Amino acid sequence: MTTTTAERGVGAREFSPVLRFLGRRIVGAILALFVASIVIFAGTVLLPGDAASVVLGRNATPENVAKLNAQMGLDKPAYQEYIDWVTGLVHGDLGDSAVGLAQGEKSAPIWDLISDPVKNSLILAAIAALFMIPLSLGLGAIAAVYAGKPVDHVISLGSLAAIALPEFVIGSLLIGVFFVGLDWLPPVAIVPPGGDPLSDPSKLVLPVATLLLASLAAGIRMVRAGMIEVLQAEYVQTARLNGLAEKRVLVRYAMRNALAPSVQVLAQNLQWLIGGIIITETVFAYPGIGSNLVTAVGNRDVTLVQSVAMLIAVVYVMLNLVADLIVLLLVPKLREPA
Amino acid sequence: MTGRLRFARTFSGALGLTIVFVVVFVALLGNYFAPHDPTAPVGVPLAGPSGGAWLGTDVLGRDVFSRLLYGGRSVIGLALVATLLAYVIGLTIGLIAGYTRSKADPILMRTVDVMLAFPPLLFLLVLITGAGTGTAVLVIGVAAIQAPGISRIVRTATLEISVRGYVEAAVARGERSIAVVVREVLPNILAPVLVDAGLRFTYSILIIASVNFLGLGLQPPNSDWALMISENRQYINLNVWAVLAPAAMIALLTIGINLTGDAIARSLGRSYVPKATQTVPTA
Repeated sequence: MTTTTAERGVGAREFSPVLRFLGRRIVGAILALFVASIVIFAGTVLLPGDAASVVLGRNATPENVAKLNAQMGLDKPAYQEYIDWVTGLVHGDLGDSAVGLAQGEKSAPIWDLISDPVKNSLILAAIAALFMIPLSLGLGAIAAVYAGKPVDHVISLGSLAAIALPEFVIGSLLIGVFFVGLDWLPPVAIVPPGGDPLSDPSKLVLPVATLLLASLAAGIRMVRAGMIEVLQAEYVQTARLNGLAEKRVLVRYAMRNALAPSVQVLAQNLQWLIGGIIITETVFAYPGIGSNLVTAVGNRDVTLVQSVAMLIAVVYVMLNLVADLIVLLLVPKLREPA
Repeated sequence: MTGRLRFARTFSGALGLTIVFVVVFVALLGNYFAPHDPTAPVGVPLAGPSGGAWLGTDVLGRDVFSRLLYGGRSVIGLALVATLLAYVIGLTIGLIAGYTRSKADPILMRTVDVMLAFPPLLFLLVLITGAGTGTAVLVIGVAAIQAPGISRIVRTATLEISVRGYVEAAVARGERSIAVVVREVLPNILAPVLVDAGLRFTYSILIIASVNFLGLGLQPPNSDWALMISENRQYINLNVWAVLAPAAMIALLTIGINLTGDAIARSLGRSYVPKATQTVPTA
């Protein structure tokens, strides 16, 4: 990974501004991940409290603590520990769960513990994203076109309200209405280990609705703002003055140009979704990576939190990178030399 | 004065302000009206509403209504402290970076960039894993999440103001940098910096309540709206009010603040009502 970046970085100066732009972004992303890894490591390990004795709880006899410290590699100096962890991550080794080791297991590979939850979370996020993208683009555009009219007020006030609500409140209200009140939908989305979350889609309705309500609002507001800006642009006014049909002006002129900023908005939305998924999975007891993370934080499973946090940070940064790339492809102006 | 309060005359501004006023009143003074001790059982657990307990009882048989009246303080208090702390840190960093334009500026701003690219809730969870649950961790963590964004706005505003004539005049008079910053720069950047204070406060409430809900913040037997939801949600079909009432209070509070903040922003000219509707004839 690093070598390709270096090659691109060098080649970029000679070839095209696109590669240069791309190279800069990739270097930036790697730098961000590097800093993230330090924050995660320092946050979990360097702060007061001996991880091993906290994990062991009542079983924290000096021998047990020393044994677990050695198993987790915590007996080494902090920088060595950090290097070992990052080296492992780069090679795809997430390490062993501290709690698993504390319970006396010889090895408790984190990947084995989280591979099913990761799959479940991806399914949940994918379904939410599938609805989110057209809904935020559509509702945002409608609000912009009818700006100042009742439709806009309803959409804008609705999203203003939704953006103010934390996921667990939205989830609780939805459960209150659709389970306790109407008895239409189940209040939990428990999936047996190894089970398929899609086997009973009714379970996923409320979690997906919660995620959508929580993450749509920001997107709608930003698409609306972007679209309004474009609608004020001179070329749109010119098109109108030329007598083009309003529909054509909107679709061919406005939409197209409002799309570029919207891509970044959508990336932000997806990032929002990642934050939301941690809470939403806990609300509905859905066995995903988010609820796993929360349990691990409660158990002080230091190594598992580190690796899962890093995994989420990677997804987060990658989303940004992909969004930048799509914008680059959509906006020719960025491709010209500065 | 009337000019400043213009936002309150709009419908959403007035509505938001009323909601905030009522919820804050309940949160701060509600405990004087509580019919029962919020930590003592008053009846069978998870009973529905009755004359003795208007909103029924919770999982331990405590009066939901009394706990509701007590439970707002921590929500508002913790978020307020965290937000204020964030502004103190953000203003300090932003003013230094913007006014001195020293070598520290790019380093500070790159750090800010990285912080902004990190999922906030994840940052808090990592911090809690290392430092344990507690209100101090919660407040410091949320302040650390908010400070970078604030410092960036402060820096931009400071850069703009510090080249103005009156600042240069103060420098020419030989005033010390600290005096120039506090007397000339600070008062003039406050308006743009504080415009989204409401939003930031809401955000602090959201994230602190979320951590409390996850059981990683305030611990029982505290009365806290988020904690009430997490304690009772498994039994929601037995007494729905034990969950819905605190959820509604949080919802009212954050929606109220957002409506108010939005109305203020609009009255200050950060319009979100488009000029397009006035200048461009719509088809």
